[in-house]
Amino acid sequence: MGSTATTIDRAAPHDAGPRSFVSRLRDGDEVAHLITLIFASTILLITIMLVWELWVNCRLSRVQFGWPFFTTSDWDPVFNHFGALPFIYGTLVTSVLSLVIAVPLGLAAAIFLSELAPRRISDTISFMIDLLAAVPSVIYGLLGIFVVVPMMRTVIGPALKHTLGFLPLFKGPNYGVGFLTAGIVLTIMVVPFIISVSREVLLTVPRDQREAALALGATRWEATWKVVVPWARTGILGSVFLALARALGETMAVTMVIGNDPKISASLFSPGYSIAAVIANEFAEAFSDMHLSSLVEIGLVLFLMTFILNGLARLLIVATERGGGHPS
Amino acid sequence: MTRFRLIWRKSLNVVMLTLTGVAAFAVVSVLFMILGYLIWNGGKSLNWNFFTKLPTPVGETGGGMANAIVGTMKLLFLAAIMGLPIGLMAGVYLAEFGGKAYSFVIRYTTDLLNGVPSIVIGIFASILFVLPVKHYSTFAGGMALAIMIIPITLRSTEEFLRAVPGSLREGAMALGASKWRTIATVVLPAARGGIITGVLLALARVAGETAPLLFTTLGNEFWSPGWNQPTASLPLVIYNYAISPYDDWHRQAWAAGLVLLALVLLTNIGTRVALSRGGASRGV
Repeated sequence: MGSTATTIDRAAPHDAGPRSFVSRLRDGDEVAHLITLIFASTILLITIMLVWELWVNCRLSRVQFGWPFFTTSDWDPVFNHFGALPFIYGTLVTSVLSLVIAVPLGLAAAIFLSELAPRRISDTISFMIDLLAAVPSVIYGLLGIFVVVPMMRTVIGPALKHTLGFLPLFKGPNYGVGFLTAGIVLTIMVVPFIISVSREVLLTVPRDQREAALALGATRWEATWKVVVPWARTGILGSVFLALARALGETMAVTMVIGNDPKISASLFSPGYSIAAVIANEFAEAFSDMHLSSLVEIGLVLFLMTFILNGLARLLIVATERGGGHPS
Repeated sequence: MTRFRLIWRKSLNVVMLTLTGVAAFAVVSVLFMILGYLIWNGGKSLNWNFFTKLPTPVGETGGGMANAIVGTMKLLFLAAIMGLPIGLMAGVYLAEFGGKAYSFVIRYTTDLLNGVPSIVIGIFASILFVLPVKHYSTFAGGMALAIMIIPITLRSTEEFLRAVPGSLREGAMALGASKWRTIATVVLPAARGGIITGVLLALARVAGETAPLLFTTLGNEFWSPGWNQPTASLPLVIYNYAISPYDDWHRQAWAAGLVLLALVLLTNIGTRVALSRGGASRGV
C-alpha cells in the first residue's frame, strides 16, 4: 500500500487553519460528500417507497373489509371475500413453535461456544454455523419435503402421539405436513441466528464477572447461568427477536411443508397456512383486484411485524454491546 | 446435608455443561446432514446434460437446466450493476462523511431493510416493475434482488472501511491530499479485499433467494432472450420441481439443489479463507 500513498502529488501548501468551503469545493470534497450522500439517501427513499406502495396498493381491501379483515377467516377469491385470520394464526403458531425449540438449543450452544470451548474450536464451529445460516431457504424446503415430512409421518408424529397424545396439541390425523413440520424446519433455519448473536453478546461480558463468581465458590455452570447469562440477557433477547422476525417472514421452506390449507386448528399435526405462503402461492395468479389488494394487505402486516421486531432487536443488541445491558 | 447439596451442584454443573456441548454439536451436525443428503441425492442425478440442455417435458428423461443457470447469472448481473453501486457509495458515506444523526438514521434503516422478508420485497418489485407493464421479466427479478443486495453490501463496506487505520488517512491528508482523494487512492485500496469479500457474500446470499422471484420472473421452460421476458432460475426451478409429483423432476431438483448449495457454500468458505489469509496484511 506504500506505493499508493507516494503517488499523491498534491503537496501544495494550503493556508493554515480550517479550510474554507470554497477550497473544499475545489478539492472535490463537497462533491464527493454530496454524491455519497445521495446514494445513502436512496436507502431511505427505497424504504419509504416500500411502505408507501404497500399502503396504497392495499387501499381496496382496507376500505372494503376494515379491521374485520384480521379477525375473519373466509378466504374466498371466487366470491371476493377475504379474511386473513388463518394466515396470521399459522404464521404465529409456526414461528412461536420454532422459538420454543430454537431458544434453549441456541442458547445452550452459544454458552458452549463462548464459555467452554477453546477459542479455535469455538471459531470453527461458529463458522460452520454461519454456513448453516447461508444455506438458501429453498434448500431447507427441499430437505423439508423429502426428509422431514416422511420422518414426521413415520417417526416423530407417532412417537409424540404415543407419549403426549392426550394433549389437544397432538390430536388428529398426522399427514406429515403441517404446523409442527413447518416449526421444525424453521427451528433449523433460525437457530444459527440465535447462536451467533448470543455468542457475540456473551463474549462481551467482562471477564472479571466470571472470575468473581468462580472465586465465590460457584461452579462453572452457576457462574454462567447466574452471572454471565443475566448480564447478557438484553442482547440474548435481541437475538430471539431477530430469530422471530426471520421465522415470521420465512417463505419458501414453510410454503413447502405447511400443507397450504387455510384452517385454524389446535392440533399441531394439522395442515395450515402462513402469510408468506399464501402470498407466494396466490400473488402471481390473483384473479381480481380485490384479491391482489388483500394479498398486499397481509404483506403489509407481515412487513410491519418484522419491522417492529427487527427495530426492537437492534436496539436491545446495541444497548447490551455498549454495556448498558446491566445497571452496574 | 451440605454434602448432598455439593454433590447436587457438581453433578448439575457436569450435566448442564455437557448438554450445552451436545446442543452445539447437534446444530453443527445438521450442516453435515444437509451436505450429505444433497451430495447423495443430487450427485446421482448430476451429469453433463444438466449444465447444457433445456428441461424436457414430463416423462422424457435427460433434460437439463442450462436456461435456469443462465437465468440466475443474468439476475445476479442485474442485481450487481443496480445494487452494488448504491451499497458501496452509501457505505463510503457512512464510514467517511456521515454526520452522527443522519448516519444513525441510514444505518438503522439499512438494518430494517435487511430484515424485510424477501417475499415482501417480491411484492414491492412486482408492484413497481410487473403490474404497470403487465408482464413478468428478468428485469423485475433483477430489481428485487438489487434491493436485497444494497443493505448487505452497505454494512460490509462500511465495516471494512472503518477497519482501515486512521493513520493512513492522516498520512495522506498530511501530504496535502483532499479528503476524497485520500478515500479513492488510499482508503478504498486498503479495504479492497474486504469489500470484494462483502460483495461476493452478498451475491451468494441473493443467488439462493426464491421468494422475490416467484412473481417477478415467474419461471420459464425455455431460453429467455433479452431482459424483458419471464426467465427460469435455479432456486425457482428447485421449488417448482420439488413440489411437483414427478420422480424425475425430484431428481432434477436435488441436482439443482446441490449446484446451488455448492455455489453458495464455496463462495462463503473461499472468501473466509481469503480473508483470514489476508487478515494480517489487510488495512496495513
